[in-house]
Amino acid sequence: MTLDAKIPDGDLEHKWTKYRSTIPLINPANKRNLEVIVVGSGLAGSSAAASLAEMGYKVKVFCFQDSARRAHSIAAQGGINAAKNYQNDGDSVYRLFYDTVKGGDYRSREANVYRLAEVSANIIDQCVAQGVPFAREYGGYLSNRSFGGVQVQRTFYAAGQTGQQLLLGAYSALMRQTGMGTVQMYARHEMLDIVVIDGKCRGIIARDLISGQLERHFGHAVLLCSGGYGNVFYLSTNAMGSNVTAAWKANKRGAFFANPCFTQIHPTCIPVTGEHQSKLTLMSESLRNDGRIWVPKQKDDPRKPNNIPEEERDYYLERRYPAFGNLVPRDVASRAAKERCDAGFGVGTSKMAVYLDFRFNRKRYGHLEANKQGNHHPTDEEVWKLGKDVITEKYGNLFDMYKQITGEDPYEQPMRIYPAVHYTMGGLWVDYNLMTTIPGLYALGEANFSDHGANRLGASALMQGLADGYFVIPYTIGAYLSQEIRTKAIPTDSEAFATAEQNVNETIKHFLDLKGKLPVDHFHRELGKIMWNKCGMARNEAGLKEAITEIRNLREEFWKDVRVPGAANEFNPELEKAGRVADFFELSELMCMDALHRNESCGAHFREEYQTADGEALRDDANFSYVAAWENKGNNTYEMHKEDLKFENIKIAQRSYK
Amino acid sequence: MLSGAISNRLGVLVLLIISYILNSMNLTLKIWRQQNRTAKGGFKTYKVSDVSPDMSFLEMIDVLNDKLIREGEDPVAFDHDCREGICGMCSMYINGRPHGPGKGITTCQLHMRSFQDGDHITIEPWRAAPFPVIKDLAVDRSAFDRIMQAGGFISVNTGNAQEANNILIPKEEADHAFSAAACIGCGACVAVCKNASAMLFVSAKVSQLAQLPQGQVEAKERVLQMVAQMDAEGFGSCSNTYACEAECPKLISCDNIARMNREYLKSSLT
Repeated sequence: MTLDAKIPDGDLEHKWTKYRSTIPLINPANKRNLEVIVVGSGLAGSSAAASLAEMGYKVKVFCFQDSARRAHSIAAQGGINAAKNYQNDGDSVYRLFYDTVKGGDYRSREANVYRLAEVSANIIDQCVAQGVPFAREYGGYLSNRSFGGVQVQRTFYAAGQTGQQLLLGAYSALMRQTGMGTVQMYARHEMLDIVVIDGKCRGIIARDLISGQLERHFGHAVLLCSGGYGNVFYLSTNAMGSNVTAAWKANKRGAFFANPCFTQIHPTCIPVTGEHQSKLTLMSESLRNDGRIWVPKQKDDPRKPNNIPEEERDYYLERRYPAFGNLVPRDVASRAAKERCDAGFGVGTSKMAVYLDFRFNRKRYGHLEANKQGNHHPTDEEVWKLGKDVITEKYGNLFDMYKQITGEDPYEQPMRIYPAVHYTMGGLWVDYNLMTTIPGLYALGEANFSDHGANRLGASALMQGLADGYFVIPYTIGAYLSQEIRTKAIPTDSEAFATAEQNVNETIKHFLDLKGKLPVDHFHRELGKIMWNKCGMARNEAGLKEAITEIRNLREEFWKDVRVPGAANEFNPELEKAGRVADFFELSELMCMDALHRNESCGAHFREEYQTADGEALRDDANFSYVAAWENKGNNTYEMHKEDLKFENIKIAQRSYK
Repeated sequence: MLSGAISNRLGVLVLLIISYILNSMNLTLKIWRQQNRTAKGGFKTYKVSDVSPDMSFLEMIDVLNDKLIREGEDPVAFDHDCREGICGMCSMYINGRPHGPGKGITTCQLHMRSFQDGDHITIEPWRAAPFPVIKDLAVDRSAFDRIMQAGGFISVNTGNAQEANNILIPKEEADHAFSAAACIGCGACVAVCKNASAMLFVSAKVSQLAQLPQGQVEAKERVLQMVAQMDAEGFGSCSNTYACEAECPKLISCDNIARMNREYLKSSLT
């Protein structure tokens, strides 16, 4: 099968405008008979569901949480990018497009990224209209801040809770439609399979997590907005429930999975404290805007950070990357932290941490604030105090979170941070319409592989989720659904639905009958260790081969010896976890295969064999300038299909931030 | 050099082990167990040992559940997801307080260093008639969604919006709206209220939107409809004890309730 990305003809600048003006329309009476299922209620899911319902489609939304508002988009902290150029600092649609393609280390599709940059400004307009309380300047205008990999200020934010505010905006739009009856909401429901009839996706099997009943739902189209798969590493900044199940079931039914090895390790997270650790907490990238990262120049320096004099500190990002300094992209910053710690310069009890220090900018802000208040000769004490107020206003919730978790006060001493799994650029392969390789099945937001190449820039996940949901799918879904107006709702007692439900039932029964010895978490934790050590921040051929063997062995043990308590027809969180971990066990092997086949380093995928003399990722454009899309052939075997990437508008170059 | 580095690493390891032994706690937990919505529930007592002060409260429950599963018993069901204090899913009533003893934090942000070796800890679900128990410590908060459906939004379809900077909002007003919008919908305010009132939750949304120019157009209908739905769901009245504000993990202020009352009165009279 050849992959057709269905990229419209014409100039990059006009592709989207021209294309969306020519997609067939559907008359309102027909829309009312077309049913769309949305799986997941984060930024992509909520915005898509609300927008489609506003247009007149019949929409059903499924989420495993108790309310749509709890999807993990809620935890995004720092901000959302948009090419508004409010700061008059040279931003434009082209520059956002260029930064994103370069940030992704030239492994994304030009046309998709350009469209993303194009609609980014509309997102901010839409959110403000919904009442999203973005940060503002004294004149009442919207405020911006900087993020990594970029030299303009284009990030809109609401303290360190931007994801929360954007999601609540999309959620309110979704609730409005639910109240009007155009959306039927299924909270505490988990999608456990998709139903394919005559080659087209026609519905899903979902489990009501309270009663345990399996349900069959028909849809003319199904949108997977189910997020990323970072939890395959067990420890990540994802929520405990974040999982790959929806995307993985789709892969098993014929949707190709693209670039699974592209996983983002975020440089600034609170370090692991012990074996009991259940998840890791991110400290927003926006902190790098105002903080400086350093380690002591002396190994095992016993002094407290505040007692180490300036000249004995190594601001290694500023040293290695003078042009971007602390604002290098995430993959670069993470590897640099690992390099210092591996070389023995790490700090804290575990020595696997670096400092993130705010005192310079706290002083700078203190002076500015004093000046603003007419105090042109402030004392050091006044400066220190005023600076704290500014920092609190910008990042108060993050500083509080840090203090809660570590017991240390980041206002008084630098934060200790270390990289952690955060986001997955890989995901279901989609064409320009966001359709997977199964007709009628779409993937939006983090669930697809689309726009971020081998590394996502900060504040671009929120942008992509909302772009897909508000401004892309409402148009592109018409290309398919306009051909479906004669398709009547397929009764869910048909054979395809019955078989799919039967399969789900058998897996559940298997888990409950097994009566093994070890809890699901035990296996998940062990799997996470394999993945972190051998398919994490740095990979090599030998390690990946070992990982594949270890995963297979552990998977076999899991299916023989996992203990799932309770029954099928009740609220049973352990049963939910077992199903999700089973899917992680399959995906993890594919991730290693993908990492093993890609004999180059690019973005977050760092193969130790392929690096420059100074330790930077070394791409091989001649051989690997493609998307690897994996077709599931059953029994953990896969066939790879390539989508060649063409760069017609950007000159492909060695990525440099020096 | 190399042996120096090894003995140094070893030293760190030994220190870690010693500090772990010195710091680890043994606790007695009294937990509400209830099979389902209609079953009769009751307290059961459990011991957990080797609890590290660095663990979060939910990680301590993970340790208990791990033990229960290995022993063939039914683990304790509880709601949780982000484990960083923002999704609003976790909801434990700990020693008579929603989200436990800390101020301005959720259950998942509570760490065991807030407790001492030998402590007895009582853990219950949210207690309020509009939040029926699903199982053990998990409750049904869908009433909050229905209140939001009644009016917790600005009616703007996708594509309707004007240029964002055409709507100027004084910084102070934007900040006030943000403080109200920080509500995570966890329901601690209802759980702590002797009347199971949802006034803090509802007023936070009413107040956020009433303070923004975009929200003015529908302000009147919004407050009337949200309050009507709140009453229909069976939440009680506010008797100004301010317990909600004291226990809110996001420190949402009762000023919002005052504002909602004003909005409600204004809307009822005009």
